[in-house]
Amino acid sequence: MSVNVENLSVAYRSRRGDVTAVDNVSFSLADGEIMGLAGESGSGKSTLGNALVYLDPRMKATGGRVTVDGRELPIANNNAMRPRRMTEVSLVPQYAMSALTPTRKIGKLINDLLKSHHVKDRDEVYTELRRRLALIGLKEDVLSKYSFELSGGMRQRVTIIMSTLLNPSLLVADEVTSALDVSSQRAVGEMLIEFRDRGYIKSAITITHDLSILAQIADSIAIMYAGRLAERAPTSVLVDSPLHPYTQALLNSLPEVGVRHDQVTLTGIPGRPPSLVNPPAGCRFRERCPFAFAKCVETPPFEEIKPGHLVACWKVSQEHADMAGTGQGLPVREKV
Amino acid sequence: MTTLKLDQVSKLYRSTSRDGGLTPALRKVSFEMKPGEVISLIGESGSGKTTIGKVLLRLTKPTSGTVTFDGKDIQSYSGRGLKDYYRQVQGVFQDPFSSYNPIYRADRVYDLVRGSYFPNVGDKEWSAKVEAALDAVALNPGDVLGKYPHQLSGGQQQRLLIARALLLDVKVLVADEIISMLDASTRVDVLNLLVKLKRQGLAILFITHDLSLGNYVSDRTIILRHGAIAEMGATEKIFGNPQHEYTKMLLTAVPELHKKWQHAPLEEVAVSASGNGLNGSGADVIATDAPASRLAQASILDEITHAEQVVKRDLRAIFGGNRAAASGKSQVAVALEPPALHEFEPDHLVAEPE
Amino acid sequence: MSESISQAPAPEVAATGLPGGAAEAPAPRKRNEFVYYGLRNPKLLFGLTVETLLVLAAIIAPFFAKYAPLTTTNIPIQHPGGTFWLGTDLNGYDMYSQLSNGLRESYLIGALGAAFATAVGLVIGFLAGWRGGWLDEILQLITNVLVMIPSLVLLIVIGSYLTSRSILFEGAFIGLTTWPWVARAVRAQTFSLRSREYVDLARLSGKRPVSIIVKEIAPNMASYLFLVVILLFGSSMLIAASYDFLGLGPSQTVSLGYMMNQAANNSALFYHMWWVFIPPGAVLALMVVALLIANVGLDEVFNPKLRES
Repeated sequence: MSVNVENLSVAYRSRRGDVTAVDNVSFSLADGEIMGLAGESGSGKSTLGNALVYLDPRMKATGGRVTVDGRELPIANNNAMRPRRMTEVSLVPQYAMSALTPTRKIGKLINDLLKSHHVKDRDEVYTELRRRLALIGLKEDVLSKYSFELSGGMRQRVTIIMSTLLNPSLLVADEVTSALDVSSQRAVGEMLIEFRDRGYIKSAITITHDLSILAQIADSIAIMYAGRLAERAPTSVLVDSPLHPYTQALLNSLPEVGVRHDQVTLTGIPGRPPSLVNPPAGCRFRERCPFAFAKCVETPPFEEIKPGHLVACWKVSQEHADMAGTGQGLPVREKV
Repeated sequence: MTTLKLDQVSKLYRSTSRDGGLTPALRKVSFEMKPGEVISLIGESGSGKTTIGKVLLRLTKPTSGTVTFDGKDIQSYSGRGLKDYYRQVQGVFQDPFSSYNPIYRADRVYDLVRGSYFPNVGDKEWSAKVEAALDAVALNPGDVLGKYPHQLSGGQQQRLLIARALLLDVKVLVADEIISMLDASTRVDVLNLLVKLKRQGLAILFITHDLSLGNYVSDRTIILRHGAIAEMGATEKIFGNPQHEYTKMLLTAVPELHKKWQHAPLEEVAVSASGNGLNGSGADVIATDAPASRLAQASILDEITHAEQVVKRDLRAIFGGNRAAASGKSQVAVALEPPALHEFEPDHLVAEPE
Repeated sequence: MSESISQAPAPEVAATGLPGGAAEAPAPRKRNEFVYYGLRNPKLLFGLTVETLLVLAAIIAPFFAKYAPLTTTNIPIQHPGGTFWLGTDLNGYDMYSQLSNGLRESYLIGALGAAFATAVGLVIGFLAGWRGGWLDEILQLITNVLVMIPSLVLLIVIGSYLTSRSILFEGAFIGLTTWPWVARAVRAQTFSLRSREYVDLARLSGKRPVSIIVKEIAPNMASYLFLVVILLFGSSMLIAASYDFLGLGPSQTVSLGYMMNQAANNSALFYHMWWVFIPPGAVLALMVVALLIANVGLDEVFNPKLRES
């Protein structure tokens, strides 16, 4: 396994008490796998992804461990993490494309980056840089431009090139397609796939709220809700036959091209995610879940229902146990 | 029948770039809004869609052309006339949180309306009015009244703002990217609300960059590109049978849940990149021996978008020199000239390639 | 300088993944938050305490003076202690009386100067920031010209035409020569704030520009303005002291600068009469330094990003 996250919890202190933004999350990524980490606001997806590379000083890892390529990743120790960043794990933070210093040319920014990571053989790296720029269709003169001279899509691709220049094993990309036009979104998405195919990155975690982009570029998808993982499955499985009620409701609320309101009326999910200062006991989705029942006041385990398909839901677990008992397969939920 | 009509509206900005060129944000845009109809105004960044919203809301003045409401030019309103205009035409913006002044409570936006338009209404009558408006947007008054904006969710903030428009006698609503900052699970509820309001007779301009949303909610669609209309007509016709290259490109690039991105055979793509198709400026974006990766195809899309933006900034590259001299018009006039619209079929207009 | 009001992350895009505005208990209001952090900020507390003590001294201390500040006691060169708490100077003036009254006058002039500067600066800044265009250009021109004019020379020239100068005159003069600092700050903030969407919404609600400036824009820069005014107050006092030191201060008025002027004229340093030249300078320095430290602390309170956790 390329990346292994076991029982990771991340919390931060607020004036109202400790808030556990990521609660006991476990998953693993195979070599070459692009995982989409999806969820809505307050789900903790950004915290989780960022913590793997750069743990914000206001946060603390309260439990669990992370291993990359067999070696443990000391995410809580900033000094120990520094040599590992960009070389083993790398991050494209949210808003990165807006955070490029406007007073330095792109080439100089890359130079600064390489210097700060004590890269010895800079010439070799530059040759590789030029090769990659050509690969994604950016002309070399991009290096002599300022960030404001580039379009949004180009800036985003430049930040991804910068983050992957030293071939990290794991790339965490936080909302890299969100602020882009549709055509740039596609360019960025295809770029991530291409980089993985060519081995510039081994595996990647793409954090986003946009499931349709994930349907295009991710091999598997993990859905987070209120700090916990709700469901994890290969992309086609999750999109066509989701098991967790939250995933189902989420998919039911997405309009697709070609669908009009007078043909199909979509519905949202009533209510809001719970406050994480004092989260409710048990399953955090139960207050909004149409299938909630008595057992839901206990925390459901995140267990494997089918190979590669993990769900944290009592209803699903029970049905699975029933089915296993009677020897039948799991009922396929209708794609609405 | 109340109508809001745009007639050859143009907006020109003096760009701040070194060559001091002119940026046409809007080029002679004309369309009409009728009651009970949702029009999607679809465009990417830089297309001018937000500018149209601002012009309709009198937040910015067009350089030329007129906007008429019930036959009267809206630029002629001032003072009381403008206030009356706002009684019938209102807007909701993209970032719900920014629409609230953070130091006051959220429902102060209602007090602003009350102070301007209902100064003589008693407290009880006003509360009833507010509750009726909140009810129309499916908000519980107890949940949202008396709270500060940061205590409300994005969906609640946005619906509060829509309810505010309903407090007035609004006939036209300009909705500028109103759901792009909302969670997926609440977006659809706001969209359904728009449909409900449309059925009650409201005319809605739904400005967005998201084609699936536009498709879901609108009766008519306008595709905006570089400040000019590329394609316009009934939504099913535009999405079902797109004619303009730009529309087609948008539709291929949109990610969908159940359909993977199509990858056209490489030769086709190479031709359109170096030919004249979308990239009228003739600037060589990709070398003719394109790398054998699907990345190139995607990059071509992005590059074309970028080239278009560059083209937009540097007016002289396309419109300068010969063309202006030949037609004898000023450079400004040439810059503002949009591609002509032809009727492809009833209720489906397509612009000439640029 | 960023807005003082910290932006809550938009629910969709809380940058650090911190949960958005979902709150069950009513969240503390912004003003309570300022008070909470204010009471825990050492710089602010220090500065406020010292300043409050000095202001109290300015109000109360003169009542304990046995002699009027400019009436000689006829007992010159007395060391502090005994009858004269702070001694007397070469001319027999009671130092305690001069110091306490001087403190009061210095605060008054400082406040006057700051008030005038703020009033003019606000009007010009709002006008320029709201309207922009050619009005802004003209106002900027005026502002820049004023900044260039050496105020000291101007004061000498104007002063020479006046038979006597009052505190009001000095306060007004300082105000009218330092308002550019306020105007620039206000203009910049107004430019930034006027394109906010809540300002657009106020326009869509039929509100007039004056109402929008006063109710929507001004409150949002209140804390920034507050900081600027505090700085202005401090610089006002220093400028007044320099004028007074040069003898250009109000006639027949004792201020800290005047005391230093007298100390220099009467060679107090040469005569080792430390009680004549040290107290006014030290007190003035303390007044201004405490103010500046409080200002830094206040900036931290208003700007969450500056707080050391």
